[in-house]
Amino acid sequence: MADVAEATERTPVSTIEKPQDIPAEWQPNVLAFACHYCAFAAADLAGVMRLSYPPNVKIIRLPCTGKLDHIHVLRAFERGIDGVFVAG
Amino acid sequence: MSLLSNSTKRGSVLIVGGGIGGMQAALDLADSGFKVHMVQRDPSIGGTMVMLDKTFPTGDCAMCMISPKMVEAGRHLNIDVHTLAEVSSVEGDAGDFRVKVKVAPRYVDADKCTGCGDCEVKCPKKVSSEFDQNLGQRKAVYSLFPQAVPNTRAIDASQCLCLNDPDRKRCRLCEKACKAGAINYADKGKEIELNVGSIILSPGLDRYDARARQELGLGRWQNVVSSIQFERILSASGPYKGEVKRPSDGRHPKKVAWIQCVGSRDNHNANPWCSSVCCMYATKQSIIAKEHDKNIEPTVFYMEMRAFGKDFDKYVERAKKEYGVRYQRAMVSAVREEPGTGDLVMKYAAEDGTLVTENFDMVVLSVGFQPHCDAEQFAKTFGIETNEYLFAKTSPFTPVKTSREGVFVTGIYQGPKDIPETVIQGSAVAGSVMALLAEARGTETVEKELPPEKDVTGEEARIGVFVCHCGTNISSTVNIDEVVNAVKDQPGVAYVTNTIYACAQDNQDMIKQTIKEQNLNRVVIASCTPRTHEKLFQETIREAGLNKYLFDLADIREQCSWCHKGQNEVATKKAIGIVKMSVAKSRLQEPLQSETVGVTPSCLVIGGGIAGMTSALSLADQGFPVYVIEKDNELGGLVKNVHRTLEGLDVQEFLKDRIEAVKEHPKITVHTGVEVKKTDGFVGNFKTLLTDGSTVDHGAVILATGGVEYEPTEYLYGQSPNVVTQRQLEKRIAEGEMPKSGERYVMIQCVGSREEPNQYCSRICCQDAVKNAIAIKERNPGAEVMILYRDVRTYGLREDYYKKARDLGVIFTRYDVDRKPRVEPAGSRVNVRTWDYMLNKELSLDADWLVLSTGLRPHPSTDRVGEMYKVTRNPDGYFLEAHVKLRPVDFPSEGLFVAGLGHAPKNIDETIAQALAASGRAGVVLSHEKLAVSGIIAKHKRELCMSCLSCFRVCPFGSPYIAEDGKISHNEVKCMGCGICAGICPAKAFQVNNFRDDQILAMIDAAAESEPGVVN
Repeated sequence: MADVAEATERTPVSTIEKPQDIPAEWQPNVLAFACHYCAFAAADLAGVMRLSYPPNVKIIRLPCTGKLDHIHVLRAFERGIDGVFVAG
Repeated sequence: MSLLSNSTKRGSVLIVGGGIGGMQAALDLADSGFKVHMVQRDPSIGGTMVMLDKTFPTGDCAMCMISPKMVEAGRHLNIDVHTLAEVSSVEGDAGDFRVKVKVAPRYVDADKCTGCGDCEVKCPKKVSSEFDQNLGQRKAVYSLFPQAVPNTRAIDASQCLCLNDPDRKRCRLCEKACKAGAINYADKGKEIELNVGSIILSPGLDRYDARARQELGLGRWQNVVSSIQFERILSASGPYKGEVKRPSDGRHPKKVAWIQCVGSRDNHNANPWCSSVCCMYATKQSIIAKEHDKNIEPTVFYMEMRAFGKDFDKYVERAKKEYGVRYQRAMVSAVREEPGTGDLVMKYAAEDGTLVTENFDMVVLSVGFQPHCDAEQFAKTFGIETNEYLFAKTSPFTPVKTSREGVFVTGIYQGPKDIPETVIQGSAVAGSVMALLAEARGTETVEKELPPEKDVTGEEARIGVFVCHCGTNISSTVNIDEVVNAVKDQPGVAYVTNTIYACAQDNQDMIKQTIKEQNLNRVVIASCTPRTHEKLFQETIREAGLNKYLFDLADIREQCSWCHKGQNEVATKKAIGIVKMSVAKSRLQEPLQSETVGVTPSCLVIGGGIAGMTSALSLADQGFPVYVIEKDNELGGLVKNVHRTLEGLDVQEFLKDRIEAVKEHPKITVHTGVEVKKTDGFVGNFKTLLTDGSTVDHGAVILATGGVEYEPTEYLYGQSPNVVTQRQLEKRIAEGEMPKSGERYVMIQCVGSREEPNQYCSRICCQDAVKNAIAIKERNPGAEVMILYRDVRTYGLREDYYKKARDLGVIFTRYDVDRKPRVEPAGSRVNVRTWDYMLNKELSLDADWLVLSTGLRPHPSTDRVGEMYKVTRNPDGYFLEAHVKLRPVDFPSEGLFVAGLGHAPKNIDETIAQALAASGRAGVVLSHEKLAVSGIIAKHKRELCMSCLSCFRVCPFGSPYIAEDGKISHNEVKCMGCGICAGICPAKAFQVNNFRDDQILAMIDAAAESEPGVVN
């Protein structure tokens, strides 16, 4: 931890990459991992009840959220997914 | 039944009522070789449980639990569901009944209807929704609730504009909307005749109509609601979408009051019995309300907190301590509305007798259960006797048998009870029917004949994609042509087309035809949710010769078109993304073979008490060899010390009869003085070594290890000859002891129960006290009996005996756990001091007999047996069932079942019901020659495995095990496919079929490539 703090101290502010401006119409691409038995069922129910939510989320069904692996989350970010939602 | 020759027995069963009890019986029977006809009055199965939001004491979502069971029952090849149907006559005898069933017109052709709901959207007639307890609306063409089974709309003839026009010319909008041509205004209904071997009655319940209690204001003040209305208010799919608000003005209530025992425990204009569940559901509702809105301040007004079930007391304690629920012991005499505010003013007597006036924002009336309004006619139709309250008449020793041979009963028609008890009785009737119709098993069930499976291994993927319009359900939001165009060039896709209704029969035939013509080896259907339709389509492709796991369902309806209405462009993009993700997964799909294992058709029963013996007899009557092992030198268990039931039946006579029956049964082998030494194996194939050196091979095991009575150390027990337990008193009464006039008996309840470290109710002690008190008073009214209690828990129809005791002059005085009675020797008597809350002073009583109502404990062997069979115990030491609501006699590992006091304290009738249930559940396993293992399981690669034991520790089913070489192996038979092992394995030695990492990664990549929908 000390090393990190030191390194941060020594880095001139100007070299830190500035966060890009977010275009007004930009929408994050969100991926959800959902348990077949609960969260996936809840997503179905949202549809049955015609509840409206933003369309920029897609769901990958898992037999149990216990099945979720670090690689899945890392791969999603690596490929440009903006947000990962795990529900179960 | 022995008089019937084999040939007359039918292998089919009629189940009247499709609630959770009927469904459990139906699934158990249909899964074990019996044809089931289910008759249901409503347009959907589901009963009362589907109306509930959550369930106590775990807070599980009711619909999430029951919905898969409904789908399973609705789709089962050997269950015929007849909805809108009622039985009109029953003839014949056990083994061979002839039944006439009247089916009311549905006006929607179930064979054509796809359940898309287009008709409902167009229907102009709005009607108050009985399912939402008139807090919401439905249409004249409707489905009872969104997850209804069958998923077929019905037209309410009393409301439909067309059906109420003699010329049938008005409206007809639903007919125009239905692309499947399923609307049929000319439907006349029909009468069908069934020939069945046995009948199960599970008609369910009515709720007390609290409008009869005008002083409480239901139907008069808008913010007074019934508990079932509040259940709908809490439900996310209910009229307020789970938002707790007042019907009058939509304002969020702060102070909410529950009034208990509305319509229960009351002889005036109401029901004398206790409804058994209201204390717990009020506790649940107050907790859930608080979870929905933390500003809510719940108060429960009650007479007695009847938290008698497993873990119920802990739940109430949590409600008090963690959620701040206020429990006020008081009867509310009247509720009035404060003019202009909609607030409610209640008056009640506080514990010290002072009259309190308090305002609330909302009031919930905890209404009780009663038999269905036509219970009297119902009993006549089936030719069965009822008790004085019109519940089906049963005996504590045969709790699911009616007065007519071959006719059984489950659920609230037998008496008030909660969900797990109903499920237990559901499996219990199934077990009873299996025994009754044993020789007819498998005579009327059908099996599907399938073509041989085409070998596609090594072939390049040729995926067929079918994009469904679902009438206009998908196509009005998602541009189907664009989806078809977007996926046709995806790698592996050989063919793409659209269909109007993928699930309709003609389109299914088209899909099968296309698989053959286009030589497809994978299929993706883009339509609705896999939760309801995956099995259907898997069967379709299997019928076309493809392995059923070469299929994927892309959900573009529930998870796309229905949620993004009016956003056609982005919804179409999202749908394209979803289909591409499915295609990516499909490319990597492999055919999976479902392994099968043989079953040893015999059962080991551990414990020779009343539970073990009941299970053994039922299974033996089903035709399976049973081995009963009992560690004592004789059969009987704890019941050896019980003489009479609360109802007055002779327990010893019954026990003697059971012991003889067990000893004489040719299929039962009894080992006494023996315990389990070692055991190994899995469902269908257990091997158990006993302490006498013998080995038993068995396919299932029932743990009926029983309980022991708590031996008190308090209240001078063992020090004064005047201090005895209820059991000792019962023995003296049974041996003919006559109480003398003026002799004083003081009984203390909850000795060793409901207090740390035993924070649970032992369930039987209140009735033991009432039973013995009645016996004393009946023998000599001049003897004095005083019962010091915390809450009198004479639940259900047992309430009658509480009343009887009071009528006989037994005095009930409450004590508080913080102010327990104090006992001192007083010459030849004992002196008891206790605080009387009515008089507000301490009473001092010299008692001739101090009788302690001692609780129950699990048998000391429970832990040892549990460890051997790798089943968990709860903190109180009782076996932990697979699921407290819907799997009350199962363990998470297949093939193991529980019955009796090892599960939790319970009465004799409840023990017998649970034992029959265990035999029914075990019968399902043992009736199969082979058991199929699901294809969706974890596969273990030993060459990658480092035997770090992570999987071994986390698997809830015990399927990874340490093999003889000291390394991990995987027993696929035990695997349920959850993939927790795959998630935790650092070496990736586990992969779940059809959810392999490469498949999930391919889906992630496809999701990343597709554009996010841009919100307009």
